[in-house]
Amino acid sequence: MSSLLEDAARRLRSNPAALGALIVFVCLVALTFIGPWFNANAGDTLDWSHVAAHPALQSAHWFGTDRLGRDLYARTLEGARVSLAVGLVASAVSLLVGIGYGAIAGYLGGRTDHAMMRIIEILSGLPLIFFVIFLTVIFGRSEYLLFLSIGAVGWLTMARIVRGQTLSIRRREYIEAAVASGASTGRIIVKHVIPNVIGPVVVYATLTVPQIIMFESFLSFLGLGIQEPHASLGTLIAEGAGEMEAAPWILLVPGGFLALLLLSLNIFGDGLRDALDATEP
Amino acid sequence: MATPTLNVEDLSVDFTHRGTRISAVRQVSLQVAPGECVAIVGESGSGKTQVFMAAMGLLAGNASVDGRVCFEGADLLGTEPAQLNRVRGSKLTMIFQDPMTSLTPHLKIGQQLAEVLVCHRQATWGEAMSAARRMLERVRVPEAARRLNQYPHELSGGLRQRAMIGMSLMCDPALVIADEPTTALDVTVQAQIIDLLRAMRAELSMALVLISHDLGVVAGLADRILVMYAGRIVENAGAAQLLRQPRHPYTAELLKCIPSVTGPRWERLPNLPGQPPQAGDSPAGCAFAPRCPRAADRCRSERPLLQASADTDGPARGVACHFPVLT
Amino acid sequence: MNTTGDPLLRIIDLRVVFAAHTALGGVSFDLWPGETVGLVGESGSGKSTLARAVLRLVRAQAGAVLWRGRDLLACDAATLRSLRRDLQIVFQDPLASLNPRMTVGESIAEPLRIHAGVLSERHLRGRVAQMLERVGLGAAMMGRYPHEFSGGQCQRIGIARAMILEPKLLICDEPVSSLDVSIQGQIVNLLLDLQRDSGTAMLFISHNLAIVRHLSHRILVMYAGKLVEVAPRDALFAAPIHPYTRALLSAVPSASKPQVRAGAPLRADAGAMPQAFDVGCAFRDRCAYAVALCGSTVPPLEEVAVGHWAACHRSREFTA
Repeated sequence: MSSLLEDAARRLRSNPAALGALIVFVCLVALTFIGPWFNANAGDTLDWSHVAAHPALQSAHWFGTDRLGRDLYARTLEGARVSLAVGLVASAVSLLVGIGYGAIAGYLGGRTDHAMMRIIEILSGLPLIFFVIFLTVIFGRSEYLLFLSIGAVGWLTMARIVRGQTLSIRRREYIEAAVASGASTGRIIVKHVIPNVIGPVVVYATLTVPQIIMFESFLSFLGLGIQEPHASLGTLIAEGAGEMEAAPWILLVPGGFLALLLLSLNIFGDGLRDALDATEP
Repeated sequence: MATPTLNVEDLSVDFTHRGTRISAVRQVSLQVAPGECVAIVGESGSGKTQVFMAAMGLLAGNASVDGRVCFEGADLLGTEPAQLNRVRGSKLTMIFQDPMTSLTPHLKIGQQLAEVLVCHRQATWGEAMSAARRMLERVRVPEAARRLNQYPHELSGGLRQRAMIGMSLMCDPALVIADEPTTALDVTVQAQIIDLLRAMRAELSMALVLISHDLGVVAGLADRILVMYAGRIVENAGAAQLLRQPRHPYTAELLKCIPSVTGPRWERLPNLPGQPPQAGDSPAGCAFAPRCPRAADRCRSERPLLQASADTDGPARGVACHFPVLT
Repeated sequence: MNTTGDPLLRIIDLRVVFAAHTALGGVSFDLWPGETVGLVGESGSGKSTLARAVLRLVRAQAGAVLWRGRDLLACDAATLRSLRRDLQIVFQDPLASLNPRMTVGESIAEPLRIHAGVLSERHLRGRVAQMLERVGLGAAMMGRYPHEFSGGQCQRIGIARAMILEPKLLICDEPVSSLDVSIQGQIVNLLLDLQRDSGTAMLFISHNLAIVRHLSHRILVMYAGKLVEVAPRDALFAAPIHPYTRALLSAVPSASKPQVRAGAPLRADAGAMPQAFDVGCAFRDRCAYAVALCGSTVPPLEEVAVGHWAACHRSREFTA
């Protein structure tokens, strides 16, 4: 007796690369939360006696400090927390909006579908960076703006994917059977369409998170996102870029952390897709 | 007897699924003489298709095979794919059940037929296309020249199956394996395809293996019929004999299941109660015992072996049953 | 079977056109409560389209479908949904008609959830269990997924789902065509049992006349989107009128007389789906009895004997 999810879980378990990547990712996430307990330094305390110190495990600053003497270990973990929060929350929002939008467009078809898709195409066509800059000029910098702009990007492709999947199952007999039973359109979309398109969606979601984190880092790098004294991996990398020659670890530590995070998510996402897609035993 | 075109000796096929081994074919032996038509009949899961997938080298990746399969004297199971490819598609061909999925949807019919000659006979595309058109005419596809340029989805089910049959005959094969060739088709088209196969046999005198779950369909075409159940052969006999006087209870029940348009009308349709055994089951005694109207204790504990059944006239026959039906 | 009173289902000149292809070219017939009507035809004859058009799963271009007096094609979506509880369907591909992500128990319970108002979970499970037992599968199967079952078992589940609300009409669209011959009888017998217990009328669609023979009261024969013959069962088999019906009868495979073909054989099909011509009889290209008139005038469906209708210019000649 097995469900399709159990089957997928079993396949995933036998994929060492995906499992390894998942473990790495979970460890990194755990680190961002419990890490500060290991090292008492706060990310915003300025330690004037150890300005731009090299990373050294014996000293109090394991990853060194930056130009202002702030402990890089604490700052990196804080930055990671912010990046992850933004990444996961924005992904979740884009997932919900995208799935709903795509399933409705795909199932209803006809003029509704056309209209809904034109809206997506228009939004995709907007040059997003200029849009964000424009909004920043008008409303000033804020984290809410960051979430908004990232959210505006994330759901578009998700909606397209879900719509495509919905179109491919729309004519299946179990959908016909549901209509013949008298199910309302809402019920059909929620109980019959969405559970059957979820496979590629989940996979795409795991690949969306790194994308969104990158985008946030990019915006922050440009100075449009997270502001001082808060940090995100993006802002830290921006700082580090300026110190590259003199104190390379200020760039390498957050950069390495980000790279590791993205890599593990991507590998896990690949494994997940294989697990959900496989048709042979 | 001359070298049989196909000689299967003690063939066993197992599949490994999630760590467990499932037996699909258990020690099956059969022979197909040159020009003979042998029908293999059985329900889904009886293993009838897997025997020939093994012969064609088309088994899934998790299959393990035991035994021998010889085609025109040469062993098939041990050969490399490259060598196997010289035989497959030219001397040993297969027709599949659903012509919609076994024809490449994005290639024209003509291309698919011509491809066989180009690959196996090193013909030029021009020659191959002419041969393809002639073949379509031979399999009675109307407007053959126009059909050459059509895609599979533009043809009806019956025409697609004719095209598939044509494809299998391009290189004048010694043996054609037809796996449920009429199951996906309407009753009227079934009759036409059976007629076509009969005509092609008469013209080309190739051997034919007909795999089906329907005794009614093979009745008009087979010289010999083998009945399979749960991976084993339970009866084999000349077609006329088997249909007139089945010995194995399973065969007898199968014959009763064919609804007719003549004869008395039934209030309830006869059927075989229960399900055919799952591919993995390995019961102690006879696999058919749970559904057999004649089963006794001996049947449940001791598996009957395929034995020659004493018969007065006609070709040899065998039955694997402790209490065969003897009328 | 009661033919007095109003018919349960009255179809009037139903027409369905897909792109350039006329799938249904004006079909009319009645169906009475409790009766079983067999609808026979080849692929492309329009029989599946008819089933779907009646249930409004496919849009009809013209015609009316009167269900107990109301036109299904004209009513609004909400009314239609509530009427659906009495009009159910069993599909040809048993596995495809079940949602792979829902347990079979949930699939069977769905009509109850939609139509039977608010029911407690326990009550629902009870009824699903009862239905599973009724179709021979056992209540323990409730938590399993469709892919764990064989074709015949999936069809039983589909039947359980369709019959759980005891509909007035059950449309069966080739329900046994994809099953082994040995299992076909089980499923047909199950349908007959359920029908007898709940008095459901049945429209049984098939391309196999032999199966239809054993369970229908009346038989409709379709060709190229039109009805070509309508007759009580015994009359159709004893004295078929339309040349197409006779050809169908001769094509049924039989183990006892493999070489005998009763009646005139069908000439090879011309290829793509039989076209519904507006001019003349659509069957003329394959008919052994075609004459000049067949090419110019569409033969109307006429009552040739009591309760026996045929659409053929030469039908009087064929009536014994």
